[in-house]
Amino acid sequence: MTDQTATVKTIIPSGDLLKEIEKEIGVNVNTCYQCRKCSAGCPMSWAMDYTPAQLIHAIRLGQSALVFNSKTMWMCSACQTCTTRCPQDVDIARIMDTCKILAIKQGFSSPVPRVHKFNKAALRNIKWFGRMYELGMIGDLKMRTFEFFKDAGMGIKMFFKGKLNVFPSISPSRTSTTWKIFSNVAKKEKEHRA
Amino acid sequence: MTRYGYYPGCSLHSTGAEYDHSFKAVCNSFKIELEEVPGWVCCGTSPAHASSHLLATALPIKNLALAEYAGINELVVPCAACFSRFKMSLRELSENEKLSEEIKEIIGSAFQNKVKIIHPLEVFDKMEEKNIKDAVKKNLSGMKVVCYYGCLLTRPPKVMQFDNVEYPMSMDRVMQKCGATVLDWSYKTDCCGATFSLTETDAVLKLTNKILENAKAVGANAIAVACPLCHANLDTRQAEIEEKYQTQYGLPILYFTQIMGLALGIEPKELGMKKHLVPTEPVLAAVK
Repeated sequence: MTDQTATVKTIIPSGDLLKEIEKEIGVNVNTCYQCRKCSAGCPMSWAMDYTPAQLIHAIRLGQSALVFNSKTMWMCSACQTCTTRCPQDVDIARIMDTCKILAIKQGFSSPVPRVHKFNKAALRNIKWFGRMYELGMIGDLKMRTFEFFKDAGMGIKMFFKGKLNVFPSISPSRTSTTWKIFSNVAKKEKEHRA
Repeated sequence: MTRYGYYPGCSLHSTGAEYDHSFKAVCNSFKIELEEVPGWVCCGTSPAHASSHLLATALPIKNLALAEYAGINELVVPCAACFSRFKMSLRELSENEKLSEEIKEIIGSAFQNKVKIIHPLEVFDKMEEKNIKDAVKKNLSGMKVVCYYGCLLTRPPKVMQFDNVEYPMSMDRVMQKCGATVLDWSYKTDCCGATFSLTETDAVLKLTNKILENAKAVGANAIAVACPLCHANLDTRQAEIEEKYQTQYGLPILYFTQIMGLALGIEPKELGMKKHLVPTEPVLAAVK
């Protein structure tokens, strides 16, 4: 069923992905009636492989491999235009987040690896320092992407304008707080899976 | 004297320091006192909501619990992304009792949902027109600005409950009261590419180019913003945009609080005007 090239005569929605999304965020994807207003307003649809409406359609058809390998949710800028304009109250922006989360959980790799690496670098930074420490985060991102010279010129200009702090602002109470929140979240998520 | 709790968020302590300085300076002029939430942590911003629903809700709620503990009733959140994450998380909790209990366990502190989240624009928009006009010391009529709200201040409207979703006016009104010439334009709430700045930079250049193009087309000589990420994309990337699209904008991107500060006669340096990558001198010359 996940094979796109097969000739489909009967559509049999498997519903697994639908159910997973509903369980995660309580959104019923089936209420979508494909008016495509989400895609018409999407500022990033030109950079996606499937428009938001197509991705929603694929979810309804149970085409989870197509969904999880798609660039679409990784190219979503979370601007909320789709969610705002949907006449059926389908929270498309949250579905995009959920697709990313489920894809990673199920072992798919992101077709837009830089975005996933950025998320990981940013979160590790928040966990360690409590607050975003930009220089540390950028360093971490570069170690993950090996793009050492990207934005270097802009970074230097920002540095001389005093827009990048050399040192993180750490206080012991703050970092222990975020460290604890991260580990408690991991524990809870493990419980949910069990 | 009015008193608010203050959550600056990470940006206002680094890349968006001008927003922090100018907001504080303007509050000071209006005798508004700000109390920073003790021990605040990052709200998690988009990497958190793209990675874990629980984490994305827990981090903002932890901050609200800290604010509550400090006795804060009204919390001013200037960063549009933090503002959005706070409101989204509160909405989550109100709709899901089980989640509410889980979050309390995760953050390890009590939370009674008593803190009201407000944006600086609301603080100034609800001020009497006379009070602002009386405080204005400089003539900004030579400053032609377009107000750029970006995505997260107004969307999604059910959650944000802030101004008109497609055609907000609060910043326009505040800027008008300060005496600036406010122009109408088409890109008030279009996305600048936000968090893709460091990763999908080409996409950001494409979206921001359209915003700058329209601002220039209607005759603006500055863009007023209320989000540190919008500012970063439009200001720090502007030279790159000009190079890629073979054009010349030279449009200073100012936080609306900086424009307010100029009207109130605060020194440009104190408002962080020297921190911009696009020179602000041409627009400062319009301040009489």
